[in-house]
Amino acid sequence: MAFFEGNNMTAGYGTGPDIINSCSINVNRGEIVAILGPNGAGKSTAMKAMLGLLKLKSGSILIDGKDITSLSPQDRVKSGISFVPQTRNVFADLTVRENLEIGAFLRTDDVDKVIDEIYELFPILNEKKSQVVGELSGGQRQQVALGRALMIRPSVLMLDEPTAGVSPIVMNELFHHIIKVKNTNVAVIMVEQNAKQALSISDRGYVLVTGQNKFEGSGNELLQDPEVRRSFLGG
Amino acid sequence: MKQYLNVVTAYIIMFTLIIFVGVFQSWSQALSILNYCLISAVMTIGANIQWGYAGLINFGIMGYTALGGLAVVLVSVAPVPEAWKAGGINMVGSLGIVVAMIFLIRYVLKRIQKSKQRNYLIAGIIVIGILLIRLVAGPGIESIEAVEPAKTGFLGGLGMPILFSWIVGAFFAGGLAYIIGKIALGLRADYLAIATLLIAEIVVSIIKHEDWLARGVKNVIGLKRPVPYEIDLQTAPWFINLVEKLNSGKLKVIDTISERQDVLNQLVIDASSVYVKLCMAGLFLSVVIILLIVTQKALYSPWGRKMRAIRDNEDAASAMGKNVVKEHLLIFILGSAVVGLAGAMMVTNDGLFTPGSYRPMRYTFVIWVMVIVGGTGNNFGAILGGFVVWFLWVEAAPIALFLINLFTSHLPETNALKIHLIESAPYFRFLMIGTGVLLIMRYRPQGILPEKIIKQ
Amino acid sequence: MDILNAIVLLLNYTIIPALSYGSQLALGAIFVTLIYGVLRFANFATGDMMSFGTMFAVLLTFYFQSIGISLGVLPTALLTIPFAIIMMILYMLSIDKFVFSYYRVKKSPPVVLAMVSVGVMFVTQAIIRIIIGPFDRRFLDGEKFILKANEFKEITGLNEGLTIKSTQAITIVVTIIVVSIMFWFLNKTKTGTSMRAYSDNEDLALLSGIDPKKVVLLTWIIAGILATVGGVLYGLDKSYKPFVYFNNMLPIFAAAIVGGIGNPLGAFLGGYVVAFGEILITYAYKKFFTYILPSSLEPNSLMQLLSTDYKFAVSFSILVIVLLFRPSGIFKGLRI
Repeated sequence: MAFFEGNNMTAGYGTGPDIINSCSINVNRGEIVAILGPNGAGKSTAMKAMLGLLKLKSGSILIDGKDITSLSPQDRVKSGISFVPQTRNVFADLTVRENLEIGAFLRTDDVDKVIDEIYELFPILNEKKSQVVGELSGGQRQQVALGRALMIRPSVLMLDEPTAGVSPIVMNELFHHIIKVKNTNVAVIMVEQNAKQALSISDRGYVLVTGQNKFEGSGNELLQDPEVRRSFLGG
Repeated sequence: MKQYLNVVTAYIIMFTLIIFVGVFQSWSQALSILNYCLISAVMTIGANIQWGYAGLINFGIMGYTALGGLAVVLVSVAPVPEAWKAGGINMVGSLGIVVAMIFLIRYVLKRIQKSKQRNYLIAGIIVIGILLIRLVAGPGIESIEAVEPAKTGFLGGLGMPILFSWIVGAFFAGGLAYIIGKIALGLRADYLAIATLLIAEIVVSIIKHEDWLARGVKNVIGLKRPVPYEIDLQTAPWFINLVEKLNSGKLKVIDTISERQDVLNQLVIDASSVYVKLCMAGLFLSVVIILLIVTQKALYSPWGRKMRAIRDNEDAASAMGKNVVKEHLLIFILGSAVVGLAGAMMVTNDGLFTPGSYRPMRYTFVIWVMVIVGGTGNNFGAILGGFVVWFLWVEAAPIALFLINLFTSHLPETNALKIHLIESAPYFRFLMIGTGVLLIMRYRPQGILPEKIIKQ
Repeated sequence: MDILNAIVLLLNYTIIPALSYGSQLALGAIFVTLIYGVLRFANFATGDMMSFGTMFAVLLTFYFQSIGISLGVLPTALLTIPFAIIMMILYMLSIDKFVFSYYRVKKSPPVVLAMVSVGVMFVTQAIIRIIIGPFDRRFLDGEKFILKANEFKEITGLNEGLTIKSTQAITIVVTIIVVSIMFWFLNKTKTGTSMRAYSDNEDLALLSGIDPKKVVLLTWIIAGILATVGGVLYGLDKSYKPFVYFNNMLPIFAAAIVGGIGNPLGAFLGGYVVAFGEILITYAYKKFFTYILPSSLEPNSLMQLLSTDYKFAVSFSILVIVLLFRPSGIFKGLRI
């Protein structure tokens, strides 16, 4: 049994059709799992369902063996699930340090210690700690976004297309940071468009098509799989 | 069909209420209310063109109304030759400077790249222009305002028929809207609201303080009328005969001739006021009907569909190649012109131009309340809103007084609270209008007569 | 000597009045900007809400005076401010509960909320006029002047007198105190930071566990304090008249937008920009130039850029210029 499991999730918006259909995703601590697939495959929907932003019609979500299917998003945050949205994922008018403080808004213990840990992970943030995030570069902002999400010391970190719209150099840097996060024994789930690059750093990957698991396997396996290559990786 | 039933019922109720006023208060009062309802209806049509068709918030209604009023003075009042002799040249010179400034700025905008220097250059042109104008106009203004200050003290107008001024009023307002639209239409909706509110204040403060133009707060009274004067009617034999005929039953029962003459005189005086107001009402009603036909036609034309498409999804419309900014500017100008027309109608109705009375509460916000209450995007609704809200605005005080007396009837006449409440009766109109808006916004956000969803 | 006279002249007629008027506008502008930043709408009931708070201060001042409570040299109204603030906050919270919260939950567009605030404006005006009437009221008592013109002339021997009204001094001092506390709260406390975070990025704030209800409550409380203090200071300095307060909304909006709406520090400075703009552009500099120029160059005109009739128009023109060239305000990105 994995640390975090979404089992046979079926969900859709309102009374509309189901976007994901009996889709299952699981991840262990210290592991990066990529969710891939063509546009409209239900990648983001699956993530929203796991975050509790969308109600499941059937299926279950477990963390460390505990069923959290009926918890609200806020309560899921408390049980250790953190999320970095694709856009607007920082407080642009606040300083770097304030961003981190807000990330720890629910914490009552020593926030400074956690902030120091984040600074250790992302040294640039320490340098720029009193600068307004809106003035930082794209790559630095993404680190702020990661840092903010890590402030609750999550056991599961979800990233919605972290590399959307960033340059290749920044993308490499960002993946490097995500691996660092994984090495702190966090379970990382990310939805990605840049499939090849994402798989190269992922331990495992899921390919969704029309809301269902189509392929799954280790990063390398998927990269080698001729069918996956042909359909999603562009040969 | 049900839609039309709603419209018809709503209008019947409204006219019944006005007739009630006629029966219980006076016909003259009822017609005054009707006339103002019609003027308000024109204003709401204007505001509705902007808000309902295009989602533009124009909180500058007051400014356009005042400009429309100004047009009446400038067109219909006889010119004051002494004032022209005293300072006409200076004013024409200043006008020349203004025109020169505009062309200079246009030239700079066209020929020089967008930059800081260009902004400074424009600012410089404006400042120097203002100083020059003050230099040229200053002595002129002084001598113009010195010409019989109690009676004229301004340049006067062109001495043309007053009805022509309605068109000029619309053009004035449209022209101002063109300038404001060029400046402010790119702004976010709420910024546009604030900007137009403030620009309207500037317009009114110019009209208020430039006495040479339209006497400022000294008011212009005794404007011409497109309809007969009461005094003339009261001496016109055909009118007296008409009144006599209409009231023959009443007059027959009076025995003495002198008494009968007195009663007839009184009747003639009342009837003359009613007759004048009826004529006005006829004029206004024809304006409303023409506007209604035109706007309805426009609303259901391909152009109207395009406008609604832009309103409902600006991005999609602009992606489909519609020039949103251009269409918005056009709508802004058209709507404002209609408001300007209403402003001219109002001054014509009153027979006087009182710049000091233009306040945002009465001329901007109340009009907006009319649009919201009536139903945005629906011309019948907007007109109905004008009727309902104006009726409440006028009749709120008597209604409040009635209610206060009802609820405090157990209190003695000397009770301090009762006296205070009775003194405050006029302010209950704000309360009624305010709660009305809040209730409508909450429970019927589309207004009394909502915009119909047109099935193709 | 002439230079000193010229400076005193400017101080007396432009700088000190502009500082105190600017402070009053600044408080209102921060009020507008907070509501805009956190609750996301342009509040057209601004002037009337300030008027509402001031009304209680006026009524309580009259009551205190009638039972013989006073602050000696200071105006009694200062004593009534805390009570007025409480009444004001209660009023604002009930308006929020019965009116605004519905639209917030529904996520209505800002335009709808602005329209709703027009309704609130009507209701508030009605309540004020029914309770206190539309009349002009003065409620200033205590010492009127800190420094009188002739005293100053005697002390310094200058031609020009310098008058400092006690209301001007009180306005500036109280504004500094209130605004410093507010900025300390917003920037240095966890709750204040969470408020700014909510105003900056609502969704992310919710994801971080910030309670929106608490933020909204706090915003109204701070707004209530600012509106009441600003209103009372204005009323003490000039007088209390509901219609004037309604009109004050206009320069206040101008100040908030000039400063960059949503930015409290910008709004604060915007208040002074508008006040100095209004006063400096409409001041007649003739006497000033007589002092500093040699007598051969003495001006014979008033040396006034625009007549004082256009005071309001100046602030609106500033606003239009700012909207044209820097719609996000002239203090964009400026922070403490």
